[in-house]
Amino acid sequence: MNKKQRNMLVRIIIASAMTVALQFIGVGGWLRLALYVAVYLIIGFDILLKACKGIINGRVFDENFLMAVATVGAFALAVYERSGEYMEAVAVMLFYQVGEFFQSYAVGKSRRSIAALMDIRPDYANIEKDGDIVRVSPDKVEIGQIIIVRPGEKVPVDGVVVSGESSLDTSALTGESLPREVHSGNEVISGCINISGLLKIRTTKDFGDSTVSKILELVEDSASRKSKSENFISRFARSYTPAVCYCALALALLPPVFLLLFNGAAFELATFETWIYRALVFLVISCPCALVVSIPLSFFAGIGGASREGVLVKGSNVLETLSKVRTVVFDKTGTMTQGVFEVNAFHDHNDMDIEYSKTRLLEYAAIVESSSSHPIGKSLLRAYGHNVDHSRMSNLREIGGLGVTAVIDGKTVAAGNEKLMKSIGVTPCHCHTAGTIVHIAIDGEYSGHIVLGDVVKPTSAEAVADLRKSGVAQTVMLTGDTHAVAVQTAEKLGIDKVYSDLLPADKVARLETILKVSEGDGKVAFVGDGINDAPVLSRADLGIAMGAMGSDAAIEAADVVLMDDDPMKIGKAIRISRRCLRIVWENIMMALGVKGVCLILGVFGIVSMWLAVFADVGVMILAVLNAIRAMYVRKI
Amino acid sequence: MSKTFKIEVDCANCANLVEETAKKVEGVKDLSISFMTQKMKVTFEDGTDEDAVMAKVLKAAKKIESDFEIIL
Repeated sequence: MNKKQRNMLVRIIIASAMTVALQFIGVGGWLRLALYVAVYLIIGFDILLKACKGIINGRVFDENFLMAVATVGAFALAVYERSGEYMEAVAVMLFYQVGEFFQSYAVGKSRRSIAALMDIRPDYANIEKDGDIVRVSPDKVEIGQIIIVRPGEKVPVDGVVVSGESSLDTSALTGESLPREVHSGNEVISGCINISGLLKIRTTKDFGDSTVSKILELVEDSASRKSKSENFISRFARSYTPAVCYCALALALLPPVFLLLFNGAAFELATFETWIYRALVFLVISCPCALVVSIPLSFFAGIGGASREGVLVKGSNVLETLSKVRTVVFDKTGTMTQGVFEVNAFHDHNDMDIEYSKTRLLEYAAIVESSSSHPIGKSLLRAYGHNVDHSRMSNLREIGGLGVTAVIDGKTVAAGNEKLMKSIGVTPCHCHTAGTIVHIAIDGEYSGHIVLGDVVKPTSAEAVADLRKSGVAQTVMLTGDTHAVAVQTAEKLGIDKVYSDLLPADKVARLETILKVSEGDGKVAFVGDGINDAPVLSRADLGIAMGAMGSDAAIEAADVVLMDDDPMKIGKAIRISRRCLRIVWENIMMALGVKGVCLILGVFGIVSMWLAVFADVGVMILAVLNAIRAMYVRKI
Repeated sequence: MSKTFKIEVDCANCANLVEETAKKVEGVKDLSISFMTQKMKVTFEDGTDEDAVMAKVLKAAKKIESDFEIIL
């Protein structure tokens, strides 16, 4: 509770106590009025003040104005009627303030707890200085410096473990509850919590470029990217309040005037009284608070809940798009498959197994691919198993979607797909084994090819089935891989359509046709691993980057970032968004429904001002509580 | 050039109203207020004096909601 809230609470308590006491004091006349006015001012002076300021600044219609007019009006009526019924005005103001207090407290509290979910900011880093360990701010740590992370502390900056062994809790980043074991040589990312042993880490990035900073930036910006429903509500609120004010004015004047002119009623102020009272009731109901608070709160809670599950959503607008996804397009390598290739076979130009020059072929392939970020390159390196001497290689050229060429030991080596071979004038052998094929030509002469097999992720097939259950109508796979491999994988996973042999640029073109075809039937999401597919990620209605920890380009291009690489999270993200949107609409419907009914009943004088303020505050409390529900997403 | 400021604003509707008005302040290219994170992201026009613009933004905001604060 902050200072303002404490003040408010004190005022509420004092005013309530005085109101109760006044029921037992049997004073009448002006003294009675004075006492009630005192209570009224204690509880509502700030509202009156703000209403006055609003009028001075030319902003007449806000909720302060409404409440001020309604309560002052009620006082005036009571004075005029000499009824001594001042209670109503005081009670309305009191309930309104209790409602506001509750709202500010509940919203503030859930805001903080959601923000805490997303708060992975490390407070300090430990560095060694003259034999002592000192704490410094994480942004003071330089690249290549050694930092020390004790058990229980957050890893402040991305780096590589140089000594020590431990398990890391990555749950704040990935939602994965199983700790990750790390030892010397492993890469660690900032934001993880060290559980067991002391780690010494050599930093590879500065704080600003570290994973944790990237994520924080993303999360902090997420709330400023507003959804259509939020914009709709704020537009609605802008015209709603003035509209209700004019309606109230009409309600106070038109019916009595009508009665006077056409029904022959005598000109008495009494004719006006009932209608003025009904108009005041109208004003009480008209506050748009419930809607205006609960919609952004629902989105914020949804985004917070998703981030706890390792799904980072870049904004409320993204959450909205996500809920409308009907087509999911996958990249294959690294997304549906592990992106870890195993070398299955070595073939010569006749597609026959080779034995004798296997190592030479693999050596050249490994060297030429050694600086490639593509998973195939990494897999070849792993299969080769030796360190690569980069000084043997020069003139390295990476041709996107085709392969690489370089000069190794004075020989021109080209490694890549059939298109690459054809482009350098070599006739490749067409391999009949399903798999990813790397053809190798040395000095313009075909030397054979290596067959690699990609391993499908264990949850991929389940994830596709899960998406279908969540209402995704179509699944598509795009890959640069050969037709045989692509079809084989798609069948195994149950994916509807597959497009193979695509260069990165082809993927964008293909996605554009998919976008055109599915226009009007939901949104198209593209799921990629962020390597080579940043353009596709940004072109899709919704880009989902997977396992993107550490890949800056992907985090920037994507709308949704899955922190780990489990495809099951795609379906989950969609379900989280759908539920959040359902809650948003529930709140809109409930608030408008209750208000609508109250307004109509108010016109006929069925609703008293008491009931009106109860309806107003009650709806708001319900809407806020309902909105908070969007945060609990563990089981969906 | 855009900057994020920490703000204090009590009601969601005021936040919307302030956003709408402050967007029109001279020197502000774009402005977005998040009631939930209590942050204001301001994108300035090129070559403006940011402090002067922010003073104007605060003044405009105060006119709408006297409790609005920018925490520096």
